[in-house]
Amino acid sequence: MVKKEKIIRILFILAVAIAVVSTAIFGAAQDSNAVAQEETLLMATTTSTDNTGLLEYLMPVFSEKTGIDIRWISSGTGKALKLGENCDVDVLLVHAPQAEKDFVARGFGIDRRKIMYNDFVLIGPPEDPATIQGKRVSEALQTIRSSADIFVSRGDGSGTHKMERALWKSANVPTPEQELWYRQSGQGMLATINVAGELKGYTLTDRGTYIKYESSTEGNPALVVLVEGDAVLLNQYSIIPVDPKHCPRVNYDNAKALSDWLADDDAQRMIGEFRLLGKQLFTPNASR
Amino acid sequence: MDFIQDGFIQAFALLLNRDAATYSAISATLRASGLAMTASLLLGIPLGYLLGYFDFRLKKQIRIIVDTLLALPTVFIGLVIYALLTRNGPLGEAGLLFTIPGIAIGQMILSLPIIIALTATAVEAVDRNLCITLMSLGANRKQVAVTTLWEVRLGIVAAAVTATGRVLTEVGISLMVGGNIKWHTRTITTAIALETSKGEFGMGIALGLVLLLIALTVNISLAGLRRRI
Repeated sequence: MVKKEKIIRILFILAVAIAVVSTAIFGAAQDSNAVAQEETLLMATTTSTDNTGLLEYLMPVFSEKTGIDIRWISSGTGKALKLGENCDVDVLLVHAPQAEKDFVARGFGIDRRKIMYNDFVLIGPPEDPATIQGKRVSEALQTIRSSADIFVSRGDGSGTHKMERALWKSANVPTPEQELWYRQSGQGMLATINVAGELKGYTLTDRGTYIKYESSTEGNPALVVLVEGDAVLLNQYSIIPVDPKHCPRVNYDNAKALSDWLADDDAQRMIGEFRLLGKQLFTPNASR
Repeated sequence: MDFIQDGFIQAFALLLNRDAATYSAISATLRASGLAMTASLLLGIPLGYLLGYFDFRLKKQIRIIVDTLLALPTVFIGLVIYALLTRNGPLGEAGLLFTIPGIAIGQMILSLPIIIALTATAVEAVDRNLCITLMSLGANRKQVAVTTLWEVRLGIVAAAVTATGRVLTEVGISLMVGGNIKWHTRTITTAIALETSKGEFGMGIALGLVLLLIALTVNISLAGLRRRI
């Protein structure tokens, strides 16, 4: 019986401990939440807008103008869309047009608007073992497949990965998966370029991230642009507020404010002026 | 290989120049880990004591479960906590996703099994004869329990050191639950992951060294505590 009392006492101590812990955690959350509701905006975006430094350059201006504290989470477009679907973010800035249209059609997003574009390029070692330089994309991919030179894929469901799979398809090559020459990094764009550089392989990248990579190699990149300028390589970035009908607690007003600001002349001019190594990374093309 | 040297130099530059982004990440790391460690010590010590001190049915099985939980992968914890905290999830109303307390909950799940298992082991290791001796000296049950708790104090400090190391350095939970938001939930480890993915390897090394310095400070203070008790 004594034992039972002791157990009850320890359970009581535990209950008090749990109470203290949960009050502390929820109390702390309330603090950060009180600010969170009104003036913040949570955006999910892709690695390319963040890694190139575009957001660090643009967003302070937006915050200053509107007083909205914008915070962003950068991941592949796949995860960004999922965070939107789960109502965890207010707005998306992504680049996978087909997946975006599906997202809107399923009622998760609203008012999708084009903001800017750059283009995808096929890069590879300067020696170009498969000799793809200057070819059209579909031809280049067929050549890589038949010569079985290493191709590194993002393999992460990102916008770039979706584009790459579409390109294999349009080149009439069955999408590679387990082939020895086809390596899936499962990582962000810059990490994937680095993997391709180490393996002396080919990869598909958006031009912005490639210029960022070039700037970090002190003018001696292991990989160079081999295929570019094909119309199918256009890389369109769009902004999509999460639909408040799907997610009642989402901050639609601030999301709309960001969308309007990005399409505004000032922001569009800033996007066009954003440069790395003297090169323009994105071309503004917002629909008004 | 240059980036390793660069990293060393940059680490000191960041700390000495009071780099705001670095100090914000240090603060996020310390707040999340501090909250998580306080919570897991408050819950874990009594639970570990229960598990080590008493004999009851299913004790062995519970012990095996706790030991298995020592192998919880942090990315998996991150995913499960995300599922609970997402706005449409069961705890979505609390608004804990992408906050420091949210990260702390995940880290608490990570460190709780460590505290429980190591406390229980320390309690079990206390000489059974101690009980008998104390009782023969006229101690009552309460005094025996308190003395046992005092005897295992070093074991509990060891549990705290181990768990702190794990919590300070995890990246899976902070990334998934915290979202790596600059100035808010970017911890040192998620910053390292980001810098690495940006190809800024030198900066990654520098931040890794900063984290090691923090761990050193924490352990020096715990060593001081151990000497005093």
